[in-house]
Amino acid sequence: MRKTVEVKATPERAFDVFTAGMGRWWAKSHSIGSSPQQDVIIEPRVGGRWFERGTDGTECQWGHVIHWEPPHRIVLAWQLNAEWRFDANLVTELDIRFIEIGHGMIRIELEHRNLERFGDKAAEVRSALDSEGGWQGLLAAYTAVI
Amino acid sequence: MTNSLLALTTLADPTRRLIFQRLATGPQPVGALARDLPVSRPAVSQHLAVLKSAGLVTDRAEGSRRIYRIDPHGLATIRIWLDQFWSVSLQNYADEFSQDEEAAP
Repeated sequence: MRKTVEVKATPERAFDVFTAGMGRWWAKSHSIGSSPQQDVIIEPRVGGRWFERGTDGTECQWGHVIHWEPPHRIVLAWQLNAEWRFDANLVTELDIRFIEIGHGMIRIELEHRNLERFGDKAAEVRSALDSEGGWQGLLAAYTAVI
Repeated sequence: MTNSLLALTTLADPTRRLIFQRLATGPQPVGALARDLPVSRPAVSQHLAVLKSAGLVTDRAEGSRRIYRIDPHGLATIRIWLDQFWSVSLQNYADEFSQDEEAAP
């Protein structure tokens, strides 16, 4: 799954808002803690933890940092399973690149890969994805109305 | 028909897709889902039944209400769920920068 978004910012600020400011823009409905989400924290180094902190102070791990290269690229191990719970045996990769495209604009290219690791229905889903381009077409129509 | 293809054809209906998108932001009761939709509440319930039989959503009783949410099992659902999730989050992210501009003199 790939997504892009463009923002007017310096590479440093784009990177900083994405990482240090993640708790400000992360969709709040997606949280695994027992208390409401207060912040999302990425420890800024390879191997650093990626976790959410609830308003009661409890921490729930989401994954860890695989690659840390400010202000150009970050790769995170997303270890939340299909039920949005931490699973140490599951690693899907979230690869985010910050690319200067001129006029003070940064394009953020996000790829969430290894989605097949989410479940054992992968083969079935892949064949559906490949057939008649149906899935891609639907997704295009789907995202167009968002 | 595989579950994934069933999911595809089920979501081909624009109203159903809209309902599904709303559930992508979190579990909701029928009443909240029906709000602002150009169809009646019974029609929304019918669409939910179709989404449920396609394995796209699940429901549970909470008091007198029935709460619907996206079925987290199955990769087809995960894909569209994550797609929706990243669409919302990246828009939030971009909005952080437009706030910068508004704050500027």
